[in-house]
Amino acid sequence: MDKKQYELNKGLAQMLKGGVIMDVTTPEQAKIAEDAGACAVMALERIPADIRAAGGVSRMSDPKMIKGIQAAVSIPVMAKCRIGHFVEAQILEAIEIDYIDESEVLSPADDVYHIDKTQFRVPFVCGARDLGEALRRVQEGAAMIRTKGEPGTGDVVQAVRHIRKMNSEIRKAVSLGPDQLFEEAKQLRVPYDLLLSVHENGKLPVVNFAAGGVATPADAALMMQLGAEGVFVGSGIFKSGNPAKRAAAIVQAVTNFRDAKLIAELSEDLGEAMVGINPAEIKLIMEERGQ
Amino acid sequence: MRVGILAVQGAFIEHERVLRRLGADAVEIRQRRDFADVDGLILPGGESTAQALLLKKLELFDAVRSAVLDGLPVLATCAGLILLARKLDRDDSVHLGTLPVTVRRNAYGRQLGSFETRSSVGDIADFPLVFIRAPFVTETAPGVDVLASVGGRTVGVRYENQIGLAFHPEMTDDLRVHEMFIRLIRGRLGA
Repeated sequence: MDKKQYELNKGLAQMLKGGVIMDVTTPEQAKIAEDAGACAVMALERIPADIRAAGGVSRMSDPKMIKGIQAAVSIPVMAKCRIGHFVEAQILEAIEIDYIDESEVLSPADDVYHIDKTQFRVPFVCGARDLGEALRRVQEGAAMIRTKGEPGTGDVVQAVRHIRKMNSEIRKAVSLGPDQLFEEAKQLRVPYDLLLSVHENGKLPVVNFAAGGVATPADAALMMQLGAEGVFVGSGIFKSGNPAKRAAAIVQAVTNFRDAKLIAELSEDLGEAMVGINPAEIKLIMEERGQ
Repeated sequence: MRVGILAVQGAFIEHERVLRRLGADAVEIRQRRDFADVDGLILPGGESTAQALLLKKLELFDAVRSAVLDGLPVLATCAGLILLARKLDRDDSVHLGTLPVTVRRNAYGRQLGSFETRSSVGDIADFPLVFIRAPFVTETAPGVDVLASVGGRTVGVRYENQIGLAFHPEMTDDLRVHEMFIRLIRGRLGA
């Protein structure tokens, strides 16, 4: 991938900012998401909560199903491939997906290496729990980062932990002297140049969204106030009582994430939220995949 | 000079940075009460369907539309151009509908069709044009000036107080398009 294409790919993520990207499994759900104001959809066969419940090996979705969703909406369509599975990524590029999520939600195909994303023209988003993971993914060619959170739980605690950790590591990188950055880069296991960019700009070199466990307008606004530039909502919408209404409420809460009065109104009568599961009840820890 | 930037979704911070570099005050417009005492308005890139929906839900739609019709200078980029267009090609929806042109959404295809090139924009020579899942203009009404074209397609127009661009000047380090917009605002303030 040439530098120009990478800039265009980072640019698409910039266009998504301040928006909500929703997991959808059918063209009908994609339409509901678009009509609710989603800025993009993530096409997948099963939402994370169901992947978690089903167990077994979880893979890239059927390209035909993804194409059905591409045909149903005019907003960008993303899809997931397994960590390290560069052929799944090649397939997604061949069907002209707008963004590939190399995702820990699916079963990793490689327990050592991530995909060399610099070999693709299509953009990638990757999950990260801290600054080290984020910058390693950027070095591999990711044009966008999201927190990992713990997908399919309806519990926002891990996403909060990840963005807080990233924020404090970014603040540390800003405060270090230039001579200390070499050692810090070594500690974080990241390239010096990328850490220098964080030191100079006080933020990641790419757009950073929140993901994992967001289930309510308040959760979404919480992640925005903590510094996320937008929000992925996975199972939280289509596992709830009234998906269309909840989706629209989350979209508005992300736009006006500091207006508590408005978020209070948006939070009324949304029907049942997804039940969710606590960290103590989780058997499969997805956030530990791909470090 | 206070320039409002529609900040319901999309790449509005990029415009704010450019405006600050040019010494103008930038105001984020996230709801109805933010939209007051502005001398100009920027409609940024992002997703036009999401932005259009939020304009309505947040009760901004009528206020913005009547301000533009009353002559408020407006600079619209990418999704903003789609919001302003009087008609959309192969699509029945119309949003603000104040700019008498027809616009085709996602005219260059999906993200793999995104590209960068250089062209003149009005009097500005050799300007970097960044197209991201961009639209283009398929028809213009009489009175609409074409500011920029690429490969025979119209990608920049001006009609009275409205500038509509299919590309993203805010994604470059070149400030000349925003300077043109600031001159448009000054012209109206002086008049």
